[in-house]
Amino acid sequence: MALPDALQRYLSRHRGHRAEALWGLALSGPAMLLMLVLLIGPLLAITLLSFSDWQLGMPAMGWVGVDNYRQLAADDVFWQAVRNTAVYVLVVMVGAVGLGLLLALLIEGCTRGKAIYRTLFFLPVMASLVAMTIVWEFLLHPEFGLINQLLMMVGGEPRSWLRDEDWALAALCVIGIWHQAGFNMVLFMAGLTAVPRTLYEAADIDGIPRGFTRFRLITWPLLGPVTLFVVVMTAINAFQVFDTVQILTQGGPSHTTEVLLLTLYREGFEFFRTGYAAAMTVVFLGAVMLITLLKTRFLEKRVHYS
Amino acid sequence: MQMTSLSSRSTAHQHVDRVVTQSARMAVDWPLMLGTLLRHALLISLALVMLLPFVWMLLTSFKPADEIFTNQLRWLPENWALVDNYTKALTESSLLGYMGNGALVVIAIFVIQVVVSVPAAYALAKLDFPGRKGFFAAVLLCLMVPTQAVAIPWYLELHYLGLLDGFWSLVLPFSLSVFGIFLMRQFFLGIPDELIDAARMDGMSEWRIVWCVVFPNAIPAVVSFGIFSVVAHWNDYFWPLIVLNSQEFYTPTLGVVDFRNAESGTDYGALMAAATLVVVPLMAAFLLAQRRFIEGISMSGMK
Repeated sequence: MALPDALQRYLSRHRGHRAEALWGLALSGPAMLLMLVLLIGPLLAITLLSFSDWQLGMPAMGWVGVDNYRQLAADDVFWQAVRNTAVYVLVVMVGAVGLGLLLALLIEGCTRGKAIYRTLFFLPVMASLVAMTIVWEFLLHPEFGLINQLLMMVGGEPRSWLRDEDWALAALCVIGIWHQAGFNMVLFMAGLTAVPRTLYEAADIDGIPRGFTRFRLITWPLLGPVTLFVVVMTAINAFQVFDTVQILTQGGPSHTTEVLLLTLYREGFEFFRTGYAAAMTVVFLGAVMLITLLKTRFLEKRVHYS
Repeated sequence: MQMTSLSSRSTAHQHVDRVVTQSARMAVDWPLMLGTLLRHALLISLALVMLLPFVWMLLTSFKPADEIFTNQLRWLPENWALVDNYTKALTESSLLGYMGNGALVVIAIFVIQVVVSVPAAYALAKLDFPGRKGFFAAVLLCLMVPTQAVAIPWYLELHYLGLLDGFWSLVLPFSLSVFGIFLMRQFFLGIPDELIDAARMDGMSEWRIVWCVVFPNAIPAVVSFGIFSVVAHWNDYFWPLIVLNSQEFYTPTLGVVDFRNAESGTDYGALMAAATLVVVPLMAAFLLAQRRFIEGISMSGMK
């Protein structure tokens, strides 16, 4: 109802724009409709469902207020998932951003072979993570895995990494870093090429030594906005960790690799406790949006697009 | 190196003092060369570590079982079981069928996404219509929403439409890409208005302008977006896992996990062969057009 009214008002204000307005609506109509059905509607639905006790297949639903959230706050497994996800995000963030930056700096300093290195380090980003997860499982195999065999060669102690309460999450972090570092490398390389050559020439004239000093004085400050951007991107991606956990550990051993999306998946699609899973989704979505908004705020202040 | 030696030779018989500075510079170059050497050594060892999973996957897919289940570390197979393993991967699971499903799904998603988002992006970039600002604000908001956050409502919608566990359950939820709209809009903003006005003077309708004038000019952006979309959906696991039950609709990711569950750790040679087959199509495409791929994928960082 609102749209025809708005159209009427709009058309009386802009005479002669009638055709353009109609075309605009016609061309964006399908997208708007799909947006309503696939995004806006579902977001409203998930919020509403989070206040209900509904389970898929049940004929009626009752309103339970904030009961789901209260239950969530008292759920040990949920808090375990929150903690594990936080640890995972933090470790992968530091690891993948650090490795990405290191690779970008090393490659940018090369006079030849840049393209080859970039391609090689980007391969893990491209490859199907699910297929590679199965390869990682074999690499980490307690008896016949390459990692243990290499470890024993240097006198290390073999472990059953994915069944070890102290190591399972760490193993998942390593896979996460392996998967994301190349992506960050590419973003950092783009940032590095944007650093004006003249600054380095000026540094030559001023006799600033190459290496770390130069990095600290010139490269790092100019790379600041890119770094922030990469950190946030990595955090958001890491926050959505699911494939590796679902395939390798299923949250075990004894919930040490329980992460948010896995818990959500189980509640929503294995136990079909829709209302409860909806509450969890709202929390998950809130966290993702918070990180994204932080990024937008910071970046608008700090990045100078020229 | 060649340049400096040439120039030093040409100046040598003219000015002795310049030769002295030249050779002094050559002497300073030694640490630089050492640095380059170290740099490459470090990069190559890092590359070896990063590529180890790929290398091991390939090598294992060539080995017979008795060489896999051994404590002896040996890189290359003694007896090659390449044909055996790959035949098993292809016959014991319908991997080729799953890959066909995957290809159909990613193509269908991409085509629908283009058909929906290109006109909308054009309208947002070049036309004035009521609700434009609101629509664009909604696009920006929806950019932040990850798939997993709307998975439950999608599931319910498909359930009530009776479309769960089928081809369309994999395609329909992704028919709208707000990222696609956002990206295309940015690109269309750069197309000069004169071009569009000229087309209008020629009596073209807006619909024809979208597909005959704007779209051909936006091919680079469409290709980048296509790579982004295809890679994302070929590799997707979360959504197919939720909606599919029947093997006949499986995508490659579900297929390879299913194969692994069925084998339950008894036949790593064939399993690694299956993983290789799933990874190879995108990998080959990537190696053929790496610049485009890197652009397309890193573009997702623009969100």
